[in-house]
Amino acid sequence: MPRTLFAKIWDAHRVAGTPGGADLVAIDRVFLHERTGAAALNSMAAAGRAVTDPARVFAVMDHIVDTRPGRGDATLMPGGQAFITETREACRAAGITLIDVGDRDQGIVHVISPELGIVLPGVTLVAPDSHTCTQGAFGALAWGIGTSEAEHAMATGMLRLERPGTMRVRFDGTLAPGVTAKDMALALIARHGAGGGAGRAIEFAGEAVGALDMEARMTLCNMATEFSAMTALIAPDAKTFAYLAGRRHAPAGFDDRYWATLSSDPGARFDAEIAMDAAAIAPMVSWGTSPEHAVPVEAAVPRGPARVHDYIGLEPGARLLGTPLDAAFIGSCTNARLSDLRRAAAVLRGKRIAPSIAKALVVPGSMAVRRAAEAEGLDKVFEAAGFEWRMSGCSLCFYAGGEGFAAGSRVISSTNRNFEGRQGPGIRTHIASPETVAASAIAGCIADPRPLLAQIPSGTVAA
Amino acid sequence: MNPFVTLTSVAAPLLRDNVDTDAIIPSREMRSTGRTGLADGLFAPWRYLDADARTPDPAFVLNRPAYKSAQILLGGANFGCGSSREHAVWALVEWGIACIVAASFAPIFRNNCIRNGLLPVELDRDAVESLAGRTVTVDLPEQVVMDGDTRHTFSIDAEAKAMLVEGLDAIALTLKQRPAYEAWLAQDRANRPWVYP
Repeated sequence: MPRTLFAKIWDAHRVAGTPGGADLVAIDRVFLHERTGAAALNSMAAAGRAVTDPARVFAVMDHIVDTRPGRGDATLMPGGQAFITETREACRAAGITLIDVGDRDQGIVHVISPELGIVLPGVTLVAPDSHTCTQGAFGALAWGIGTSEAEHAMATGMLRLERPGTMRVRFDGTLAPGVTAKDMALALIARHGAGGGAGRAIEFAGEAVGALDMEARMTLCNMATEFSAMTALIAPDAKTFAYLAGRRHAPAGFDDRYWATLSSDPGARFDAEIAMDAAAIAPMVSWGTSPEHAVPVEAAVPRGPARVHDYIGLEPGARLLGTPLDAAFIGSCTNARLSDLRRAAAVLRGKRIAPSIAKALVVPGSMAVRRAAEAEGLDKVFEAAGFEWRMSGCSLCFYAGGEGFAAGSRVISSTNRNFEGRQGPGIRTHIASPETVAASAIAGCIADPRPLLAQIPSGTVAA
Repeated sequence: MNPFVTLTSVAAPLLRDNVDTDAIIPSREMRSTGRTGLADGLFAPWRYLDADARTPDPAFVLNRPAYKSAQILLGGANFGCGSSREHAVWALVEWGIACIVAASFAPIFRNNCIRNGLLPVELDRDAVESLAGRTVTVDLPEQVVMDGDTRHTFSIDAEAKAMLVEGLDAIALTLKQRPAYEAWLAQDRANRPWVYP
């Protein structure tokens, strides 16, 4: 019987069933971070439970680390330093690999796991972070879990899971210039709702998905959690293998025979199917407090719940284009990879952000991304334009109580969430692609990136 | 973990869609590295007019006298979306919530609930709204929410039900399957040696 990619990976990891009808699924990789790493490891230690296979557990400092140059363990979040030092101690005691604050490999978990070749096609990978689905871009079954589940995976090598339903989301056709994977994700969520993925394992497929490079595929899969999906995945192809070749933790030789099986068979049945016309997608920007509150940048604000309009300060029918902004943020596991920074820098080159933009940050997704960007001079472009150039971390993707934007600021952000207060109390966040953030920062108001992109000589920036 | 069998409580209505875990407990309220001391930060953005001064907003549902001891919370669609932080569930449990009845749940949050003895009940939106402010009984073995003579049955997978009703320690239970895992591992090490460093 034809099987989906999801079914192939699940079945290969199914150790046993349970009397309750769940499956015990073997977990190949666990990735922790300092926000919850100490809680999970200390709780295990207190219960007298050891990590089954420490060589397959990794941890990184990314969530609350300071991102200002010269940083150490001190962090702007009140009490935050304890999370860092306790996680370091707990990782040492458990014998797991820690990528520490000052390491050259440090970065956001979902950026560095692929960079280091820790995620591989066909593996199961979990982390106590909802955006772990990002790594499904490699044809891995990767999903976010809670702290208790992280303990469970480390202590037993398995998780108890109800088999989720499947959904295929096809993007047919070709994206127009200036339209990105971020816009694809926002268009999907806007059309089908933030609950549209309903606990399902999603496979992204179709011409426009195949045409995406690996970094764009990560952006697309990253947003699956904003669609309420359990996870998302994309069948690995030549691009996937080329990306992973030579990465530190990737195998020296690829298991071609196994990896060649990692796609959905023709005729495989999904529990639900959605088709999107890629050519009809425009640059998207969110107007409200859920990622489903997103529209093409030139559209008017639709009517939503009254409390959403009250919070965001935009009435139904208002134009988004021209809405004044106070701050701009380029960063996060969604859109802070080298290609994202290149595209934003191409828009910003030779320009200045508007005087009304009180704070503008670029926070590279990893220190490797930061070094690569500096080798191309992108840091100079950002700084000349008026952006601060930071060390890597999750930074102001969320507000941890330390560094923030001024109360009530309206922020254009390359991140994944525009929740009430996500970037700080009273902060109004508009999520968009890095090029839309860059164009809007220059204009000082929400702007369409396409006119500026059209001025860039072709060939000067990778798509 | 305490078993969940039946519960009778007033149902506090928070009838919004997409209640995210940043709203349930913002990152800035996660001040301890452990699992406790979180109830004070529960719903901080909505519960307090001034979160720093801890000035309560009398209009917020859990601040209203009728709901101060509510153990059942009502929600809309996609409850618990956003960050995977289990602190959201720990804060709810510490505050006293033992059951959430919502139109739907985000998957990670739902799983976090089950691992902490908090029962997630899915009912259709009309049924959820009809329970607002009512004193209702939730019977997990019977899979029913009773509001006077009205009975709303709900579905829950057998695994989650067993975990909750018996208050089982999932890790202890899974560790009993160690031989099956060892057998799988031996086979997998031969099939996919590149997974194992």
